[in-house]
Amino acid sequence: MSVKANLSPSEKRLPEATVDLDAIEAGTSLWQDAWHRLKKNHLALISFWVLIFMGVFCFIGPFLSPYDYRSNDLEKTLLSPSLQHPFGTDDLGRDQLTRVMVGGRVSLGVGIIATTVSLLIGITYGASAAYIGGKVDAAMMRVVDVLYALPFTIFVILLMTIFERSIVLLFIVIGAVEWLTMARIVRGQVLSLKKQEFVEAAVSLGYSTRRIILRHIIPNVLGVVVVYATLTVPAVMLLESFLSFLGLGVQPPMPSWGSLIKLGADNIQLFPYLLIIPALFFSLTLFSLNFLGDGLRDALDPKSSKD
Amino acid sequence: MPILEVKDLKTYFHTRNGIVRAVDGVSFSVSRGETLGIVGESGSGKSVSCYSLLGLIPQPPGRIEGGQAMLDGEVDLLSASEKTLQGVRGKKISMIFQDPMTSLNPYLRVSTQLVEALRIHEDLTKKESLDRAIKSLEEVGITEASTRIQFYPHEFSGGMRQRVMIAMAMITHPELLIADEPTTALDVTVQAQILELIRERQKANNSAVILITHDLGVVAGMCDRINVMYAGKIVESGTADDIFKNAQHPYTVALQRSIPSLGSKGKPLYTIPGLPPDLSRPIPGDAFALREGITSGGKWDNTPPPLRQVSDTHWVRESDVILPPLEEVLDG
Amino acid sequence: MLKFILRRIAQSVLVIFVIITVTFFMVRFAPGDPFSAERKMPEHIKQRLMEHYGLDQPLMVQYGNYLGQLLKGDLGPSFTETRSVNQILKASFPVSLELGGWALLIALCIGLPVGITAAVFRNTFADYFPMAMAMIGICLPTFVLGPILALVFGVWLGWFNVSGWFIPADRVLPALTIGLVYAAFIARITRGGMLEILSQDFIRTAKAKGVPFIRIIVLHTLKGGLLPVISFLGPALAGIISGSFVVETIFQIPGMGREFVSSAFDRDYTLVLGTVILYAVLITAANLLVDIVQVILNPRLRFEDS
Repeated sequence: MSVKANLSPSEKRLPEATVDLDAIEAGTSLWQDAWHRLKKNHLALISFWVLIFMGVFCFIGPFLSPYDYRSNDLEKTLLSPSLQHPFGTDDLGRDQLTRVMVGGRVSLGVGIIATTVSLLIGITYGASAAYIGGKVDAAMMRVVDVLYALPFTIFVILLMTIFERSIVLLFIVIGAVEWLTMARIVRGQVLSLKKQEFVEAAVSLGYSTRRIILRHIIPNVLGVVVVYATLTVPAVMLLESFLSFLGLGVQPPMPSWGSLIKLGADNIQLFPYLLIIPALFFSLTLFSLNFLGDGLRDALDPKSSKD
Repeated sequence: MPILEVKDLKTYFHTRNGIVRAVDGVSFSVSRGETLGIVGESGSGKSVSCYSLLGLIPQPPGRIEGGQAMLDGEVDLLSASEKTLQGVRGKKISMIFQDPMTSLNPYLRVSTQLVEALRIHEDLTKKESLDRAIKSLEEVGITEASTRIQFYPHEFSGGMRQRVMIAMAMITHPELLIADEPTTALDVTVQAQILELIRERQKANNSAVILITHDLGVVAGMCDRINVMYAGKIVESGTADDIFKNAQHPYTVALQRSIPSLGSKGKPLYTIPGLPPDLSRPIPGDAFALREGITSGGKWDNTPPPLRQVSDTHWVRESDVILPPLEEVLDG
Repeated sequence: MLKFILRRIAQSVLVIFVIITVTFFMVRFAPGDPFSAERKMPEHIKQRLMEHYGLDQPLMVQYGNYLGQLLKGDLGPSFTETRSVNQILKASFPVSLELGGWALLIALCIGLPVGITAAVFRNTFADYFPMAMAMIGICLPTFVLGPILALVFGVWLGWFNVSGWFIPADRVLPALTIGLVYAAFIARITRGGMLEILSQDFIRTAKAKGVPFIRIIVLHTLKGGLLPVISFLGPALAGIISGSFVVETIFQIPGMGREFVSSAFDRDYTLVLGTVILYAVLITAANLLVDIVQVILNPRLRFEDS
């Protein structure tokens, strides 16, 4: 249709501000966009690799260690770090390196599983409330409000002191604390999406409800969920270690980073390495989770507070 | 003598993706009592050029690369200190913005916000300021002003909020009012009222007005002179008559054709094909010619087209774009 | 607005009631009783003790009695000590209150200015450095920070005692341990809130009016920017309280936190309940206050009563 002068194709056209309509419709360009942004965030990337390292260290490490986390050796108690025992030994002669690895398994495990539990409950609850809307929604959120006001730490402590200390109870209790926030966030996100223009546009274009939910609502909610899940894990880990510190967490001889820190705190004057090493691992993991979560949040929200 | 004379303003944004030449050599002027309209699509640089005048561009990544903006022949706004600019803002040059819902501080009462400009720029007592503020509300058509001035912004409707913004802008009797898309966020019925209000306030203060908009319809009734911008440059400049009766630049013509009311009922609407250019790449010639779907003779593809004078009041940038006739576009 | 306050008060009372009830039954359902922890006791003596304390009566009756006593302000006797619960709490509550108060003060006095500065000077050193420090604060739990502070300032430098609550200087390390962590939270939240406001259109309007920078920050930004911190104060208080459990253990402080934890272990029902009730009242009152302050500060909330 159009006739152009004799110019090479590359010069003829101006690069246009392109808009990928298909991608917008699918809601997936959000992810590609976010991935690009995330890749540029060096802190978040470093955190990601640190976490990978922690994962390998804690879950695969113990298989590579010559020691068992339980084996006492009362002749080798409280040794400083050495080639034989890179992290030293504790008051029962157990190798600290192995114990830190296994402790990490527990702490990270609790973190992930409890977060997953709270995720599942929270998403179901929040999405249902938002989707059903109206009075049911109001009632459901009222329940959340009342529950939110309860001092959960106190109940958690009570529960853990009172009942059999099992790891399952630990998961349930911690998950029960965190689901409230997740429910609120998911509900808020779904509600705001419901009102947003692109949903109305999709409806007016005649898309089926299923398509709307799958291609428009879920990708957007998923973003928020991923961010908060990443930020919930460290909160859960803190809670678990807090309980362990009070003696209410996992029972010995099973270590967790919290109980290792407690031991270290008790011995801080003479054997600071018992505190510093587990504390370092714990804090580093929390750090990384927080930075990664922050990075994800900034990457997924174009109006980030960074710029 | 014009109250504002801008010469060769260049504002670039240094972003991670390249240098965006938002305003690339723009010159214009406006005199007291006169209304200048700046028309263009989003991204044409119309807002950025005016924000640059008041130093409202975030300085990283934005930067004023060159030019001069003489206020009343005395101060060059583009090289003035922040202190000088603060004295000019809200006093000699006032600005109102597009979205009255977000442009007023929801945490402060209207009275506080109205009185503020007076407290900063003039030496009045509290009572005097408040009285003036009430009067300014009445001038923009808000009844029961003395009670309502104590309200918070969200207690007003959108149209009324824009009136409050106008009152806030005019309370210091500025010499120039810059209105950035003042009616875009409002209902059509309210739009006319607001425009009328601006015109009336302008007359009362003998101010100059720069009206920024993408809507040619808005400009038709209000403006004495009009500048049409595209891709950071002015492509046509003239009086309202010049532009509407004798448009020379193809882009201006295309804009006029796009006005829905001018088309015949039942026929599909005229649209300009393609999209505005990516300003982060340098544009070697006529930006409009290089737009996708636009045909041109190719003369200005690699050379920046110069301005040509059509009459005393009318200038146009050279362009040999051939607009698709109405029917052809509709197939594409 | 009055309707709002009354409704919130009613809600708070309900919440406290729920807490009391849940705790009461939770503790009772636990295996064990107050007397089996210490030493093996002959069955008939135990029976006598149970009768004496009314523990042999049906649970609902005990519940009713307890509530009745509660209304008279009597929290009952302690099963592990000779003092009554009222007496125990009277002695330990002020200690914890003081600890929490100092911690909160530290948190606010450090967190707020740091957060505001970071927002005003964003993306400069004054932003990156404090925020990095803040991140450390968030990731260092109190039970790590406490012993480290005790080691450095107590043992190595010898400036402070590492335990006890006798001289004024004893307050410093424990309060810092909790306070610094919450300062970190507050700094981040303040920064976030301020940045959120600073990116709004009405700040551009203020600038276009010629409002000087300091005035923009103080008058136009603070009110809205501090709102998130205010709503954080509710959970912050709850956090400070749980932080006190740990800190009181580490620094050997005779506060309520220690009482709570040990009473839970010992199944000292009344003491547990007493401490929980006091905490519940505290937290609920704090949440109520925070909600009211929020409504006062944010004009948009005042009219959404429906």
